[in-house]
Amino acid sequence: MNWTAVATIYKAEMARFWRTFLQSFISPVLSTSLYFVVFGSAIGSRIQEVDGVEYGAFIVPGLIMLSVITQSISNASFGIYFPKFIGNIYEILSAPINFLEVVAGFVGAAATKSLFIGTVILCTAALFVDLSIQHPFAMVAFLVLTCLSFSLMGFIIGIWAGNFEQLQLVPLLVVTPLVFLGGSFYSISMLPPIWQTITLFNPVVYLVSGFRWAFFGQADVPVLLSLCAIGGFTLACMGVIWWIFKTGWRIRA
Amino acid sequence: MAAILSIRDLRKTYDGGFQALKGVSLDIEEGEILALLGPNGAGKTTLISTICGITTATSGSVCVGGFDNVSQFRQARALIGLVPQEITLEPFAKVHDTVMFSRGLFGKPADPPRIEAVLRKLSLWEKRDAKIMELSGGMKRRVLIAKALAHDPQILFLDEPTAGVDVELRKDMWEIVGELKASGVTIILTTHYIEEAEAIADRVGVITGGDLLLVEEKERLMARMGQKQLEVQLTEPIDALPEQLAGHNLQLVNGGGALLYTYDTRAERTGITTLLNDVAEAGLVLADVQTRESSLEDIFVGLVARNGGGEAAVSGDAA
Repeated sequence: MNWTAVATIYKAEMARFWRTFLQSFISPVLSTSLYFVVFGSAIGSRIQEVDGVEYGAFIVPGLIMLSVITQSISNASFGIYFPKFIGNIYEILSAPINFLEVVAGFVGAAATKSLFIGTVILCTAALFVDLSIQHPFAMVAFLVLTCLSFSLMGFIIGIWAGNFEQLQLVPLLVVTPLVFLGGSFYSISMLPPIWQTITLFNPVVYLVSGFRWAFFGQADVPVLLSLCAIGGFTLACMGVIWWIFKTGWRIRA
Repeated sequence: MAAILSIRDLRKTYDGGFQALKGVSLDIEEGEILALLGPNGAGKTTLISTICGITTATSGSVCVGGFDNVSQFRQARALIGLVPQEITLEPFAKVHDTVMFSRGLFGKPADPPRIEAVLRKLSLWEKRDAKIMELSGGMKRRVLIAKALAHDPQILFLDEPTAGVDVELRKDMWEIVGELKASGVTIILTTHYIEEAEAIADRVGVITGGDLLLVEEKERLMARMGQKQLEVQLTEPIDALPEQLAGHNLQLVNGGGALLYTYDTRAERTGITTLLNDVAEAGLVLADVQTRESSLEDIFVGLVARNGGGEAAVSGDAA
């Protein structure tokens, strides 16, 4: 492994993040606070406890997942699309580095950024509601794996995208609905039976469920299944990226 | 001298079916400056991109410093620096940072004195903290060169380094190339300017339509390309060349209305004065005189015809 190259890409990507640090920090803090004002206090006070958990606290894992997934995809897709758009991707392609090193640099940085944002949201949430984390190690594992896997997906989107519109297309039309319908703000046991079955085809359900289990010890689907789902998704993304670099699809003529 | 770069039967057909390289073979010697001369779309950039790993070859092989550029891509690419044709730089990055980035990408540890030396050589040291977007076009080109040199390559590719730059900057570029050669770097540059090849190259390769037509020592090629034609238009057409003019390399054209004289601009004497004296002595009256230099296009057309064995075109070109 060319670790110097990995560190170089990682640092350059992180530098972009630090340049807009205030925006990166304030934006999730503000939006999370707004969610708590609206769902936690205004509406949440009229909602009964969900599975024995106060509604304000119940939505915390889903809220973190929503931001982390969106941020991972947007950071990673932009990170690799930007050099493609400017044209300086030639440097990456002509450097003595393999695809794993390129991915480690770009995806590592994107995942770090979303991990940071996830942590900021968690801390902000703790200001509004009483939070207890029953399985802290599992919580961190789910969080890190989600950041990584969706950054990998974002990387694929960034390579696929031919323009800025396409860059927004998948997050907007696919990911956001999946996350909102993935039980971020409700338990799937609250749905009619037919929708409970349909919703199991949504991969985000497994993430949110596993992550919520780490907080409250309750899950919509078995935790092991959640872990397998996110592990499988990570491997699938890695497989696609390996194929992209092997064939040069959309990056190497 | 040993070949530092060996290209064998390199072919590239793009997905759309366009054949950009049709079996290029070329050896580049260590320490030389090779200019690849060709019109737009000749395959120059594809050739460079394929050597550097940006484009995948359809078939053929490239050996850089003894390393295959596919199976031993790490060793091969480590020897190469590439200056692309387009200015492709992140506008918000600072000069120093972007050059450091290039060095790191090649796996080399940070070496501030080395980076300083590269920036000073390219007159960029004063601008090291400036953002790319604040630089002039010429400065940006220098940054591209600094980036390519940041990892101390042995071979430097310059893809049309002076396309669209002003005369002064072009001279600057030529000077930089000369200094790099003096420091032992092998340089391959593409251009569609004959005078550029003439000013800095040791050898010149002519490429068109994906074929490398020839690679020759610059002096020999320039002698061939340095031909010019003088057309003497007459007031009255003539049927045959007068006896006094038999000794000159003349052709009667335009139905006898003009004399075409081909001469070598690099020769010690062009023979124009004698010719015009003899024309006057023969009693011919001049209506107009004009000279015409063979354009690069003419030369390419001639070379392509020669390559394909087109005798008529060859004799026409040589006339």
